[in-house]
Amino acid sequence: MSMKNIENNNETYRPLIVAFCCNWCSYAGADLAGNNRLAYPADVKIIRVPCSCRVNPTFILRAFQRGADGVIICGCHPGDCHYTSGNYYTRRRMSLMFSMLDYLGIERERTRVEWVSAAEGAKFAATMNDFCETVAKLGKNKRLEDLRCKQ
Amino acid sequence: MQAVTREILINKAAELLGNGTVDRVFGWKKGEFSYDVTPALFTTREAMDADFVFGDFCGANFSKYLVAETRKEGKVLVFLKPCDTYSFNQLLTEHRFDREKVYVVGIPCSGMLDTVKIKAVAEGIASVEDNGDRVTVHSLFDGDVTVSRNDMLPDRCKNCKSKKHVAYDELIGEDGEVIDSGRFDEVEKLEKMTPDERFAFWQNELSRCIRCNACRDVCPACTCEKCVFDNPDSGVENKAAANSFEEKMFHIIRAFHVAGRCTDCGECSRVCPQHIPLHLLNRKFIKDINEFYGDYQAGAEVGSRAPLVNYTADDPEPAEAVERSHHDA
Repeated sequence: MSMKNIENNNETYRPLIVAFCCNWCSYAGADLAGNNRLAYPADVKIIRVPCSCRVNPTFILRAFQRGADGVIICGCHPGDCHYTSGNYYTRRRMSLMFSMLDYLGIERERTRVEWVSAAEGAKFAATMNDFCETVAKLGKNKRLEDLRCKQ
Repeated sequence: MQAVTREILINKAAELLGNGTVDRVFGWKKGEFSYDVTPALFTTREAMDADFVFGDFCGANFSKYLVAETRKEGKVLVFLKPCDTYSFNQLLTEHRFDREKVYVVGIPCSGMLDTVKIKAVAEGIASVEDNGDRVTVHSLFDGDVTVSRNDMLPDRCKNCKSKKHVAYDELIGEDGEVIDSGRFDEVEKLEKMTPDERFAFWQNELSRCIRCNACRDVCPACTCEKCVFDNPDSGVENKAAANSFEEKMFHIIRAFHVAGRCTDCGECSRVCPQHIPLHLLNRKFIKDINEFYGDYQAGAEVGSRAPLVNYTADDPEPAEAVERSHHDA
């Protein structure tokens, strides 16, 4: 009990990051980062998807609704998609989606798309470190939250 | 004032009914009030003589009705204004109905009046008289009020994008031209605001939403048989103010689902009982698509590939795109 109190007193804000990673590149990239002992914050929760274009814009809003402070989508580099063209569609959809969120006044740093290949463990770790830092600076997601989902 | 009259339309419809080209007519019917006009189906000249109306309040876009209407036997006659023909083409592109079962008569349009603006002018509206440049509102409580017709137009007609019919079997009157309208001016104004101002603006607008789903139901681009918003497992609430996030989720997804297919007909804003400027969400997507991937007008031709089901190898990256839409502002 006393330990818990101490922890609470020293609590610093940690953002909750949801990372949608494509099975073929970025998820393997995350694995490589782990194998190479490259550190990235535990605040990143990875959700594996078959392809970055599997990410429906609703997923992003749902993540924010459920308490995420930042959402990042990682896929194969354009031209390297396992399914030939999936990430090209992702690119268009997310361009429009992020632009719309920005239009509604949501901080545009909270969303990001990064292309990370299976060989880029270092890039994966660096990207996540950078994204966590950016989102941490922005603070809690207030504009796209559902109050019921917050504790 | 509209260039065609009720009589011209009834005569045309009666002629086509008479020679067997069509067996029913889609038109407008008187509602409870003169400004409250509803879509209706007619099969005889007598019925049309009794109820058919055409005037400044016939704004309804009939394209979407054809999806259900063409499932019936026979051929239907439909009167389409220039902006309706874009939706018509878009639905054809998406194979939503059989072109052979529709006979399209293109009719000119000089802009439809906005009931909200008319109601703001006088209370207890008895009738509205259109004299070209001026409109006289006959009312019960404020007498006769004459105002400029241009001031009574809704945003979609003030910034009319085209007077040219892109689909028809027959045309009444002269065809117009595609207009270089200032329809993105409002969007640009919003883009120039700070994020806090934009958030406050949209919070104010969207929080009024009562989730009647009228914007979805009227939208000619929203023709899914099963809608994500009717699925209780979709994570989108079906009730207004169910939580602090409901209306944002709904409106972002609604606009996104028609991105690249929205013809900017403005029906969503017309039917909104809370007067939310929903077309500004759709126009943002249209503007972005034009800027990122080249000019595209949904419905301008049948069979064109919508921007969201297309790509090129050198599309801008999302971060770059968002940045760009800012600097242009």
